[in-house]
Amino acid sequence: MRMFLAALAATTILAGAAEAATVYPLDRATILAGSPFDFKVEFKSVVKPEDVKITVNGQDYKTVLGKEAEFVAEEKGKEDKILGSALIARGLSIPAEGAYKIEVTAGSETKTVTWDVYNTSSTPKAKNIIFILGDGLSVAHRTGARIMSKGMTEGKANGRLNMDDLEHMAFVGTSSTEAIATDSANTMSAYMTGHKTAVNALGVYGDRTPDSLDDPRVETIAEALRRQTKKSIGIVSTAEIEDATPAAVVAHTRKRADKEQIVGMMLDVKPDVILGGGSAYFLSKETPGSKRKDDKDYIKLYKDAGYTLATDKAELQTATGTNTGKILGLFHTGNMDVALDREFLKKGTVEKFPNQPGLVEMTKVALGELSKNEEGFFLMVEGASIDKMSHPLDWDRALVETIELDHVVGIAREFAKTHPDTLIVVTGDHTHGVSIIGTVDDEKPGTEMREKVGIYAEAGFPNYTDENKDGYPDKIDVSRRLFLAANNGPDHYETFRPKMDGPFVPAIQNEKKEYVANEAYKDVPGAVFVQGNIPKSGDSAVHAVDDVVLQSTGPGSEGFKGYMEESDIYRVLADAFALGTAQTN
Amino acid sequence: MPLSRLKATRRDALRLLAGLPLLAAAGPASALSTLTFDELYGKISVLGLEFSEKVKTLSGQEVSIRGFMAPPLKAEAAFFVLTEIPMSICPFCSSDADWPDNIIVVYLDEKQTFVQPSQAIDVRGVLEYGSWTDPETGFVSLLRLREADYASV
Repeated sequence: MRMFLAALAATTILAGAAEAATVYPLDRATILAGSPFDFKVEFKSVVKPEDVKITVNGQDYKTVLGKEAEFVAEEKGKEDKILGSALIARGLSIPAEGAYKIEVTAGSETKTVTWDVYNTSSTPKAKNIIFILGDGLSVAHRTGARIMSKGMTEGKANGRLNMDDLEHMAFVGTSSTEAIATDSANTMSAYMTGHKTAVNALGVYGDRTPDSLDDPRVETIAEALRRQTKKSIGIVSTAEIEDATPAAVVAHTRKRADKEQIVGMMLDVKPDVILGGGSAYFLSKETPGSKRKDDKDYIKLYKDAGYTLATDKAELQTATGTNTGKILGLFHTGNMDVALDREFLKKGTVEKFPNQPGLVEMTKVALGELSKNEEGFFLMVEGASIDKMSHPLDWDRALVETIELDHVVGIAREFAKTHPDTLIVVTGDHTHGVSIIGTVDDEKPGTEMREKVGIYAEAGFPNYTDENKDGYPDKIDVSRRLFLAANNGPDHYETFRPKMDGPFVPAIQNEKKEYVANEAYKDVPGAVFVQGNIPKSGDSAVHAVDDVVLQSTGPGSEGFKGYMEESDIYRVLADAFALGTAQTN
Repeated sequence: MPLSRLKATRRDALRLLAGLPLLAAAGPASALSTLTFDELYGKISVLGLEFSEKVKTLSGQEVSIRGFMAPPLKAEAAFFVLTEIPMSICPFCSSDADWPDNIIVVYLDEKQTFVQPSQAIDVRGVLEYGSWTDPETGFVSLLRLREADYASV
């Protein structure tokens, strides 16, 4: 037996050595029939063009893919290091479904990959899709939001979240093409293109060259909608609108940080409704507050393209009445403030931007505008700060964000009652390493806060109230509150209390670029030092590799079941809209 | 005045060369105009910020500002970033992290040892406003202190 295993291992290694070239799209890629994509082969060495042989299902690749690839003799890396030869053909498409086996050889280098080209039903199942994405939405956020918002008596929830009653569910695997771990760029990109990719990448496979804008592209859902339908497109987020999640609906870059370019890519696609933060990347560098490195004024460019601009709540309401068909709402130079600060504590940057609309308000406006189109629409709504508050371990803010997101689910379900041809999807893009382990009870004896953590039977039930029935707790700093704990993070002080003065800043960087516990929380009564367990270069808690729970209702939602790869979700969306079939006549 | 302020800076040396007595230079320095982070912008809006009248008035003059030093781009960098609160993210390390709106770029008159980011510092230097791109690093700044030095609070 041992000898057999050794022999097997040797064979595997040999096979690996021979298969040196890389082919994009990667092996086991799923590709919507007729959708444009870039084809690239990267050789590990410099090869002669006449030695390169590529077949697709045994035929010369040019016959099947319809285009000759450009040969690049030497691709250069950093400091002009020669990486090897490459072949690239942009904007190919394969019209017929089936398995496509691509065999590449050049000298000693070989590679074989197989693509699954799929088609969709020829008639759409749904007219509209509302895709609601809770960034970082994990099971603890859902449980916490339910207990905080609805309460619990004798072990049974006193009410249900809107997301609790969506009948179809799937566990979604979020890993990237290079690691089990993942970020909001590659995860949302998988949902919005049907292709998994690398951390930080949007709408492209991550190739080896340093240029972030030359990587092999795949089609985004917004581009597919423009190609095959006359549907409207809406993008709503509480983050900067050029941040990874909203960007994934439209963008192509290896680096999510190319926010300047993403603003331009969004204008290329012209979504009908764009609402969020991040105006700093729309302003020319001459304007104080700008984060651009050039003098392009995208506020003007969007207006010239027919957008009505709104910069606060009141202007958003006015814009809905103007009937220009396109709204650009930018309500903050950066990320918008979270619901707890915006509506209750008035902390964060609320003083500077006092009239920011919330996610519910933005969603209502978007639905009102988009539903004017008889052809239907695709709306992506992101609750961005479930993630942005989970990174710095600010669980109270993250839970209130989850409640807000659930109110958006309520709005969507309400809309679907009168528009039953609407598919609603509610999901996270990745998870966080967080769990609810009990309560913190100020009434427990002593001064040590750690001794006030209620575990098992001692946890009891929290005493949040909701007298005004708005779904939010009347008060976040109640005497017996939920206790959430992260399984990872930087060095920090645990204060066992909500952060009433603004979002938690657990760690700050020292001169060695290592993150150390923020001394500002050291003297909070009862605070304890928590030793970090991730590299000291990490500024906050990281994403978890755990599966995401996706829930859905409406026509087409039966396609979500069991375990699915994040890239498989796109196929269900494409099928609901019959994106394999042109509906533009 | 903190001890480190008493050391002869290049500015003082220039004054000496110009025949100005050091004591005379110390006079205006003690009556230095101070500026706070709250006073940088007169108007903050989605469509841009406007520098305050105070910033415009003090432009070209030596001022003192209290803040925190963000860890520098590299040890030998010609400048560092002064922030209102200690930085919890590192825009120099991660391209996904963004600087706050209200940063001040500080060009030191001569090299000084870096302090812990949780240590408040008083920086004095000649105030300058308007978009400017650092030729060496491409770093774009809107507010700068030039010929600056600093001391721990």
